[in-house]
Amino acid sequence: MATLNLMVLVCLAYVALLFIVAFAADRLAATGRSTWLRSPLIYTLSLSIYCTAWTFYGAVGYAARSGLEYVTIYLGPTLVMVGWWWGLRKLVRVGRSQRVTSVADLISSRYGKSNLLAICVTILAVIGITPYIALQLQSITLSFSIFFEDAPVGGFSDASVVFWVAAGLAVFAILFGTRNLDANERHHGVVTAIALEAVVKLIALLAVGVFVVWGLSGGVSETMARIDASPIGEWQVNGSRWATITFLAVAAFVCLPRMFQVMVVENDDERHLRTAAWAFPTYLLLISLFVVPIAVVGLEVMPEGSNPDMFVLTVPLSQGKDTLAMLSFLGGFSSATSMVIVAAMALSTMVSNHVVMPIWLSSQADRASVSGDVRHVILLARRVSIAVIMVLGYFYFRLSGGGAALASIGLISFAGIAQILPSLVGGLFWRGATRSGALAGLTLGFALWLYTLLLPGLGGGLMPDGVLSDGPFGIGWLRPQALFGIEGLDPIVHSVMWSMLLNTAAFCAASLLSFPSPLERLQGAQFVNVFDHSAGPRGWTGSVAQSEDLMIMSQRILGAREAQELFQREAALQGGRGHLPEPTPMFLERLERELSGSVGAAAAHAMIGQIVGGSSVSVEDLLAVADESAQLMEYSSQLEVKSTELARTAKQLREANEKLTQISLQKDAFLGQISHELRTPMTSIRAFSEILRDNEGLGPTDKVRYATIILDEALRLTRLLDDLLDLSVLENGQVNLNMRSGILGDVLDRAISTALAGEERPLVVKRRRAQEGVRMHTDLDRLAQVFINLIANAEKYCDSANPELTISVHDVGGRLVVDFIDNGSGIPAEVQSTVFEKFFRVNAEKAGGAGLGLAISYEIMQRLGGDIVYLQGQSGGAFRVSLPLEGDRLAAQ
Amino acid sequence: MTGDGDGTDRRSPAVFLERQTYRRRRLMDAARLLPVLGALLFAVPLLWPGAEDAGAAAPLPTSRAIRYIFLVWALLILGNIWFGLLTRGWSGPGRAEDEAEVPERGLG
Repeated sequence: MATLNLMVLVCLAYVALLFIVAFAADRLAATGRSTWLRSPLIYTLSLSIYCTAWTFYGAVGYAARSGLEYVTIYLGPTLVMVGWWWGLRKLVRVGRSQRVTSVADLISSRYGKSNLLAICVTILAVIGITPYIALQLQSITLSFSIFFEDAPVGGFSDASVVFWVAAGLAVFAILFGTRNLDANERHHGVVTAIALEAVVKLIALLAVGVFVVWGLSGGVSETMARIDASPIGEWQVNGSRWATITFLAVAAFVCLPRMFQVMVVENDDERHLRTAAWAFPTYLLLISLFVVPIAVVGLEVMPEGSNPDMFVLTVPLSQGKDTLAMLSFLGGFSSATSMVIVAAMALSTMVSNHVVMPIWLSSQADRASVSGDVRHVILLARRVSIAVIMVLGYFYFRLSGGGAALASIGLISFAGIAQILPSLVGGLFWRGATRSGALAGLTLGFALWLYTLLLPGLGGGLMPDGVLSDGPFGIGWLRPQALFGIEGLDPIVHSVMWSMLLNTAAFCAASLLSFPSPLERLQGAQFVNVFDHSAGPRGWTGSVAQSEDLMIMSQRILGAREAQELFQREAALQGGRGHLPEPTPMFLERLERELSGSVGAAAAHAMIGQIVGGSSVSVEDLLAVADESAQLMEYSSQLEVKSTELARTAKQLREANEKLTQISLQKDAFLGQISHELRTPMTSIRAFSEILRDNEGLGPTDKVRYATIILDEALRLTRLLDDLLDLSVLENGQVNLNMRSGILGDVLDRAISTALAGEERPLVVKRRRAQEGVRMHTDLDRLAQVFINLIANAEKYCDSANPELTISVHDVGGRLVVDFIDNGSGIPAEVQSTVFEKFFRVNAEKAGGAGLGLAISYEIMQRLGGDIVYLQGQSGGAFRVSLPLEGDRLAAQ
Repeated sequence: MTGDGDGTDRRSPAVFLERQTYRRRRLMDAARLLPVLGALLFAVPLLWPGAEDAGAAAPLPTSRAIRYIFLVWALLILGNIWFGLLTRGWSGPGRAEDEAEVPERGLG
């Protein structure tokens, strides 16, 4: 049987080994040659602080009491790791990009750097974890006492063991957890020591398991037979507990401060998750593989009434395997110490960053830049926090008497920590989650957990029996373990169900109803869309900031050398010559992240805010938040522009198409007309020629008459062909102009007499001769041709009973303008645009000409440097002929 | 087999890019579905007849329960190993779109 001295010696030697490993790892990390320290293997092993003494001793006891239910504690983390791509990857990425130092820091950072939230989470964590730490102390004490219960040794007592264990652990945590204030808050020494402890506990449990299965039971199949024959040989797991505890394990694995510390904060490389995703579940599988066999054999071998929580130790001891028992003891010791150290470290970071530092900062009457070493304050705060947490654990253990079964304390702790889950998951995946929501959810969940689980579970008069059985003030439906009158549920299931349900409901409702601050919204976008942009979330207005003040403050937090290096690096980045960088927003942002590694996001934000004088949200940031809506708006305006453009083009196309259709119709009509026009004279010429040839007895009068008709028709043909030729010549620009000077009135006189010669229905032409004495220099014959055309048209098409044509002459803008306005109905609007096209005719039946007159007139006016347009809005058909005045003409020549 | 696929893809990334991206997306889907599958499989014990149930069925022997749970556990681990192997090369030249901003984090 081992002696007390040997036990203490082994423990001290083991702790010394841990010290050496931690120290060496820190030294190695400092030199930067520690590639294996940053390997995925170390990361995976460090995750194993999930398996505390609760696992090492408690799982077997749990199995001995409730069969396979213990396995849910390990199925939860397995599910989380299996789903790493979906959840953990994001958590780790957020943690790294925001330089988060703890789970409280993460929550605070997500919800607009609210320190109130951080304090809430910290208090919740301290209250939730203290019993857990007490549990570890208890297990170490129990394992010590196992060795000596048969042979009491002088000087041994539970209390003294617990005291020394707690003190030793506190010293270890202080020495390696708060040696330096690393910007990344990573502790290579501690992590490496934990990895070593992970190996020790795994080997110890496997060794006991192998001994039990092959040494005591004689093989796998025999062991299975023994299991089935044992008191726990039948499936007896309560379904609601199975599901609830699996869920609790999922939540605790993500939210436990110590798990967050090793998983997110100490993570060196995101890719380590890829390995840990399968390696850690494997570790859990191996740890829980032999639990049932050990429990079954323990139930068989050990005398009635022995503590099943200690089977891992007592079974080898009872078989006389002292070395195995010693290994097992070391395994349990490892599990307990590693958990306590990391938990104390994680909690102390939270306490110092979110409770002590804000208080200290506000207690400083003057600004943060006055002299005094903040580093010293932070480190001291952490050391004191660790000590206080250990003292709390110690007193909790002493007060509770350590009687309760290990597993139940662990589950109570899990249920408390799980209250963080809604805010955490909501913050990572829902941009609408707000600070008010997180605060409401956390507070309600925390209160319900206290009321329904922690206080009733503690016993010891903390909650009067009357309240437990009849509810507070006799209100039955408020009974802590039967809320709203729902009785008969397992206390854990009952508490977890109500607290998580109402927590989530309050979180969602308050988030939906409240309106977040700009900083919250920015941080929300940063967290939820962490894979899209990892850039800084907010802008400092650096113009007011003093680089020197910042330098002084940074030196006190980061240390003089580190701060100077950082500032010089930044100055070099900015391309400046001095050693102080300009306080650009980007630099301030980086500095804040650097500082937040040491004092937490909220404190760093507040400290820089004190010096800089407040943060501002830049337009770019707001745009980033509103990026979706901005993009949408831009997109829609682009669409709008495009659609108007399309509409315009379509309209143009439609107009062009209409014009083309009309032109085509005109052409068809013209071809019909021209053949008709050609045929009519040809027919009469042929007919009268035949009469002249065949009828010998025609009188001379008839002959003359017929010959005249033939001549007239031939002339008409010639005229038509002339017109066509004329137009063709004009269009090809081959016309020769005969430029002469003359008076407008003379040209009009000639045109009117020509146009109206021989008409039986006279057209009344109204003129003002006074205006017509304008002298001009142009091709007078061509101009007369245009006038003749217009007058003939009016004569032909004016549908008034007493047709009238008004010819007026003006001088408009230096141009000579001649208007021809009749009193008919004019040209219909839909064909006005095609009046000057070739072959145009308003009415085919009424037509006398071939529809070339206006086209020819248009061409002529173009050649003469003038224009002819159809005047809209007149009473009848109206044409305006405009010509350059003579002076212009001369000047142009 | 995986290595071969990677090799071919790397030699001619342009040609197989779309197919590769498509496969990646589906692989990510599979990775997201895996925990759901695990949760479902681990929920199966809820259906087992227990010793405390008053039902007619005989309670399940613990040895069979152990075999089932640890088998599912091992399968999930194998699934994750497989996924880890397939995605090992993702941080290489043909990285996924979500890893594009990695350099930005290199401040300290």
